[in-house]
Amino acid sequence: MKKLINKPEDFVRESLVGMAVAHPDLIKVHFDPNFVYRSDAPMQGKVAIISGGGSGHEPMHTSFVGMGMLDAACPGEVFTSPTPDQMLEAAKTVDGGAGVLYIVKNYSGDVMNFEMATELARTVGIRVFNILIDDDVAVKDSLYTQGRRGVGTTVLAEKICGAAAERGYDLQQVMDLCRRVNLNGRSMGLALTSCTVPAKGTPTFTLGDNEMEMGIGIHGEPGRERMAQKSADEMTEMLALSIIEDSTYSRTVREWDEDGGEWVDVELIDQPFQRSDRVLAFVNSMGGTPISELYIVYRKLAEICQKQGIQIVRNLVGPYITSLEMQGCSITLLKLDDEMIRLWDAPVKTPSLRWGI
Amino acid sequence: MVTKDQIVQWLQAFATLLEQNKDYLTELDSEIGDADHGINMDRGFKKVMSQLSSVADKDIGSILKTVSMTLISNVGGASGPLYGTLFLRAGTAVADKQELTDEDMAKLLQAGLDGVKERGKAQLGDKTMVDVLSPAVTNFHQALNEGKNAITALQQAVTAAEQGMKDTIPMLARKGRASYLGERSVGHQDPGATSSYLMLKSLLATLES
Repeated sequence: MKKLINKPEDFVRESLVGMAVAHPDLIKVHFDPNFVYRSDAPMQGKVAIISGGGSGHEPMHTSFVGMGMLDAACPGEVFTSPTPDQMLEAAKTVDGGAGVLYIVKNYSGDVMNFEMATELARTVGIRVFNILIDDDVAVKDSLYTQGRRGVGTTVLAEKICGAAAERGYDLQQVMDLCRRVNLNGRSMGLALTSCTVPAKGTPTFTLGDNEMEMGIGIHGEPGRERMAQKSADEMTEMLALSIIEDSTYSRTVREWDEDGGEWVDVELIDQPFQRSDRVLAFVNSMGGTPISELYIVYRKLAEICQKQGIQIVRNLVGPYITSLEMQGCSITLLKLDDEMIRLWDAPVKTPSLRWGI
Repeated sequence: MVTKDQIVQWLQAFATLLEQNKDYLTELDSEIGDADHGINMDRGFKKVMSQLSSVADKDIGSILKTVSMTLISNVGGASGPLYGTLFLRAGTAVADKQELTDEDMAKLLQAGLDGVKERGKAQLGDKTMVDVLSPAVTNFHQALNEGKNAITALQQAVTAAEQGMKDTIPMLARKGRASYLGERSVGHQDPGATSSYLMLKSLLATLES
């Protein structure tokens, strides 16, 4: 294992210390329990947005804390969900009286920990809801699995909902918007190499010299198929068509019912892409793939979308939701409406995403 | 009767077993999960050990609830809330007790199992902890009903738990990260089921000694 680390057990803490030192104007870091929060929190009267997940996917989520995006982020150990005490303390710190939205990626650990945090926050009088992101089309059905994983759409939902909260949307409106972003976003990724979790010290999986994993998850979970590596254009086409041609998807998620004071199952259905859809195209590096290669992918993706009659009106290209040093990429397409475009364009000022200011 | 000291010894024995099996559990988890189960459980129970002395004079329910809160705050992943809920429900089932009758033990185990099923939404056959805990609890109840004592009942429970653990090998995972493997999850023993077996095995070893 070759990494710029001192001791594996200090990986998360030392990285957070570095962030605090680098960006004191934007963020503060709380330790034990660990969370990153806006330096100007709590914002009175503004809905607070909190996300979190295992470390190792940076810049998501910690580097998306700041004006126009997240109010706080809770980092867990590498690839391990954070814990309810972190989420609860973060909520107490950033709640400005307008309530808190937890944006949760659909992994069993994250879901269970955020559900426990929601129950705890409710007992201390903080109005909290959680919305799941599950956009990974590599997972085909939700009946016999945990369901689709939360991947690239998470970054876009954090930006768009962050902008909405900044503009004064109330908690119900931010929640509805977050659900809408999730139902309009679809992603898929591939891996060319494995990543190595610092505490383990050896690669999570092994790929042959000419092999790739199509449909990889952001923790190195296997996807649809292991196959021989192909050209960039062929790989892009496989990802793009898997997303564009994916059919209607239905799942049951657990959401908090405020009136009943309990969890209720809600069925959510999203629809396939259609000709003349306007989309945001997001080409993401898994961490080890250089930006130059992402543009080779983007070039082919733009060509495919044009052929399919899908209009790319916004884009994001770069490493935003990574899997440590894994080589590979993911594509996310998010169907946009005018409101979502306005919110995407709105100012944002975080360590890793900044524009319009 | 199971004494408070025995409960504390059990937690110590489980922590030791987890430390000894840390790499093994992580190895199992790297086959079908995300390669952190042994690391997380070991970290959680090391923390439990550091907290144990401060609550050792409290009742058994309070001790188990402290274990729960420590795991919930320190383990993360799926195993944090699952084991946290298991110990929380187990502790609630034996609240205020200084020692446990055979019936109390049955209640403790049943409550732990119910908590895990509820939190994780898993059923028997999904290739999870439930595949170890459920047959163990069933066998424990059955042996007590047949008039056997807690140790004999627990021996039968642990035998069933071991079988349940091995039975996860040919199963198709339907919960957690392993479920994304589909057919590729077949042929691997479930790490959560394995740590649950170690938990019951350490309980038996403590009561037998």
